[in-house]
Amino acid sequence: MAYPANYRYTKEHEWVDVKGDVAAIGITDYAQHELGDVVFVELPKVGAKIEAGKTFGTVESVKAVSDIYAPASGEVVEANGDLQNTPEKINSDPHGAGWLIKIRLANPAEIKALMDVAAYEAYIVSQSKEASA
Amino acid sequence: MESVTTPPIAELRKTPLNAMHRRLGAKMVNFGGWDMPVEYPASGGLVAEHKAVRSSVGLFDVSHMGDIRAHTGHTPGSALAAVQHLSMNDASKLAIGQAHYSAMLYPEGTFVDDVIVHRLGDDDFLLVINAGTREKDVSWVRENTKAFECAVEDLSDAYTQLAIQGPRAQELLQKLTDANLAVIKNYWFTHGTVCGLKNILIARTGYTGEDGFEIYVPSDVATSEMVWTKVIEAGREFGIIPCGLGARNTLRLEAKMALYGHEISDKINVWEAGLDRYCKMGKSDFIGRAALERAKAAGLTRALVGLEMVDRGIARDEYCCCNETGDVIGVITSGSPSPTLSKNIALAYVPPAMTALGTPIYVQIRAQKCKAQVVATPFYKRPKKTAAPQAAAKF
Repeated sequence: MAYPANYRYTKEHEWVDVKGDVAAIGITDYAQHELGDVVFVELPKVGAKIEAGKTFGTVESVKAVSDIYAPASGEVVEANGDLQNTPEKINSDPHGAGWLIKIRLANPAEIKALMDVAAYEAYIVSQSKEASA
Repeated sequence: MESVTTPPIAELRKTPLNAMHRRLGAKMVNFGGWDMPVEYPASGGLVAEHKAVRSSVGLFDVSHMGDIRAHTGHTPGSALAAVQHLSMNDASKLAIGQAHYSAMLYPEGTFVDDVIVHRLGDDDFLLVINAGTREKDVSWVRENTKAFECAVEDLSDAYTQLAIQGPRAQELLQKLTDANLAVIKNYWFTHGTVCGLKNILIARTGYTGEDGFEIYVPSDVATSEMVWTKVIEAGREFGIIPCGLGARNTLRLEAKMALYGHEISDKINVWEAGLDRYCKMGKSDFIGRAALERAKAAGLTRALVGLEMVDRGIARDEYCCCNETGDVIGVITSGSPSPTLSKNIALAYVPPAMTALGTPIYVQIRAQKCKAQVVATPFYKRPKKTAAPQAAAKF
């Protein structure tokens, strides 16, 4: 699956799609592959404040629980309610319908510190090499 | 998110089928020091594997399990006496060709390991043990059989152990063997030719709560891969898929089968684990018996129960359990979504007063206390086989 060129990425395998001062956040295709079939998602409520680098939710497969780290700080303006009944959207469309939350960015400059698509693609290649070494 | 797979370390042990798993694109994890497949995403992954075993058939590499043979040369009865001393079930009740579930206990009445004891001959036994406890178990058996005239052989590396599990397992395996599988009862075994290999141990055992067989073939890579491939080919018509430790865990949890380090350990005794029916206090003395007598007289302080989540949330291993007022009263030993039941289930140790069906238990899941309730176990019991399958009535 292609990684959208206009997104920014974290080392913990989250993506961010910034439109103005609002950023949509999700987990990458690499992350959903690692996790397996997603069966449960726990997200913050609208109005909650999240802080860059801190966990804001969890995504669970049958086998594993994964904390989701905030790529940037801000206030939650929307959470993807569809995921409560159809968490598998994270597997089928991780960069689209499987988005987790949208936040109003507190400090848009934080985004610049994240990886662009080329850097992220290089990063996951290095991760895969490490895993099969 | 955090990476959920553990990168293999050089020291991890590998089964003879390791290269096969990697060729199949399995996601590998460190399981008790072994580099093992947790699931095979290319053929559908954990949930598909689980469902294949419940509805048809699946194939597992369980060669990481250990095998100890205890037998005697000269004095009749001394291997039996040694096994009776080590194991809480009554091996004298086993016919040749029969196996049973049992456990080896510490003098405290807690678990060294659970084992399947197979009676190969009058005075010849095969103990199948867990992967993570292999060395500990072998030393334990050697140490505690010194007083008996009993040869102890560690055959763990001699066998590739394959589990063929599911309602179609018999049909599948029958295509590959001359042994008549229809006459082998649950927890009995035979020897036969499998895939052209003579004298293969074929046991009607497993760890899935489903019908199935475990076969023990020579552990060289060529033979192991040959048998694996033939089972997959013979199972194609039944939709067989390779299954990893992830499905093995959800299958055994639905069937409430204990996992060492979770439901049983060196801190938990037989009564707490609810394994009374495999512990024969009336037989000759065995290690742990005296402590179990005392424990029985003292009464239980905790007991293993099945839980089903009422609130949204998945109880996981080691999460705390609370009562209605919020006091910590117990702990989850295993918890997972159940692919068969589409519910979130768990096993937990709680005080005996809280074991009645329907008792509310609150599981601490991150910041929240999520309601669960005590339910009957096993969570899943396989349908009884009917003598002759009949077409469903259509009116």
